[in-house]
Amino acid sequence: MAGRAQIPTKNSALIAMIADEDTVVGFLLSGVGDVDLRRKRNYFIVDSKTTVKAIEDAFKDFTTREDIAIVLISQYIANMIRFQVDSYNNPVPAILEIPSKDHPYDPTQDSVLSRVRYLFSAESIASSRY
Amino acid sequence: MHFPPPSRFLGQTGKERVEGAFFFFPSATSSFLLRFPVGDLNRRIPKKKEGSQIAVVQIDYLEGRMSGQGQRLTVVPTVTMLGVMKARLVGATRGHALLKKKSDALTVQFRAILKKIVTTKESMGEIMRASSFALTEAKYVAGENIKHVVLESVKSASLRVRSRQENVAGVKLPRFEHFSDPGAGDTKADLTGLARGGQQIQACRAAHIKAIEVLVELASLQTSFLTLDEAIKTTNRRVNALENVIKPRLENTINYIRGELDELEREDFFRLKKIQGYKKREIERQLQAAKQFAEEQFAEKVSLKKGISINSAHNLLVAGAEKDEDIIF
Repeated sequence: MAGRAQIPTKNSALIAMIADEDTVVGFLLSGVGDVDLRRKRNYFIVDSKTTVKAIEDAFKDFTTREDIAIVLISQYIANMIRFQVDSYNNPVPAILEIPSKDHPYDPTQDSVLSRVRYLFSAESIASSRY
Repeated sequence: MHFPPPSRFLGQTGKERVEGAFFFFPSATSSFLLRFPVGDLNRRIPKKKEGSQIAVVQIDYLEGRMSGQGQRLTVVPTVTMLGVMKARLVGATRGHALLKKKSDALTVQFRAILKKIVTTKESMGEIMRASSFALTEAKYVAGENIKHVVLESVKSASLRVRSRQENVAGVKLPRFEHFSDPGAGDTKADLTGLARGGQQIQACRAAHIKAIEVLVELASLQTSFLTLDEAIKTTNRRVNALENVIKPRLENTINYIRGELDELEREDFFRLKKIQGYKKREIERQLQAAKQFAEEQFAEKVSLKKGISINSAHNLLVAGAEKDEDIIF
């Protein structure tokens, strides 16, 4: 239907990461890391000295880049920029919250699952017709 | 004495313009007729261009209904319009049924995806834990420098995702799948852990690749979920709009047109009756006039014959017609 954001059919897209060092290293080992011609990376390492602004900028950068299809973000970092993550509405790139070593996965804080919980408890948007 | 010839009354009734007769009849319908003279019915109401949407909506204030229910479209109340409106109502009804079915199908998909997302997220937690455990092992074995080596060795991504669209119940949902791009710079990463801990490095890599698979699937599910959510909202909005706005409006318009057509018919009937009555009175009046004329002529003849005045001739005739018993004439 017209008016909805078209999801492009892409043949090769990257997976971006915003996480702490260990997680990033692990995934870089598996080969998702990418540095392009302009020395732009598709990962952003967050440590204790990173400012929230820097994280926000990285998030905005990854979500506006066209060659990134998925953004993996650690849950505790997502909590720092919760507002921005929650107000992000495009289907692509997909934002996925992953647990980190020190912070185990907490489903209540996940932005997508919280919508699900709302749906389950409020008897779902899909049946709000009645 | 001047007697009008009968032809003036009997003459051109058939050709008499029907409209001209109305203004003489003060009645309930005349005020309406004065405002809507028959030939000008099309002038008052804006003409609708063929194929365009009727944009004007008339709000029925007379009965003080809620704004959503009293509205009808402003149209010319003709039989053609009635047909058009009926066709549109049929279309709206069918569209409403189809959209409801679509919304139900989408809801079924939605709930299925929801369930899958919940289970996948839980398994993802497990897998992430396993992979970070493998990483710790590798770090322990290969030394702390492994981080710097890996960070340096990043070149071009060898693990990428491909996105394509799937059509589910009429909605295009995205699907991600991961694939390995063999041409990219794998060689540098392969040399990691050459000194020590090579096996752990490989194990760590395998664990992370498995984690990536799960994560890609999860991302697929999540985007499908969001897209379906929006699609369901849009469809429901349309269903509600059809049900609560469009159909009542069309029904009101159809009722209005029917009412207007009935009233026109009644007017016609009323007009017909009035004309009949008028004509009947005309004919009676003419008969009366003719009879009077005939009587006067006869009186003239009698007066001429008998040499008396016309008045006495009249009296004779009238008296003769009365049959007075005393007079033996």
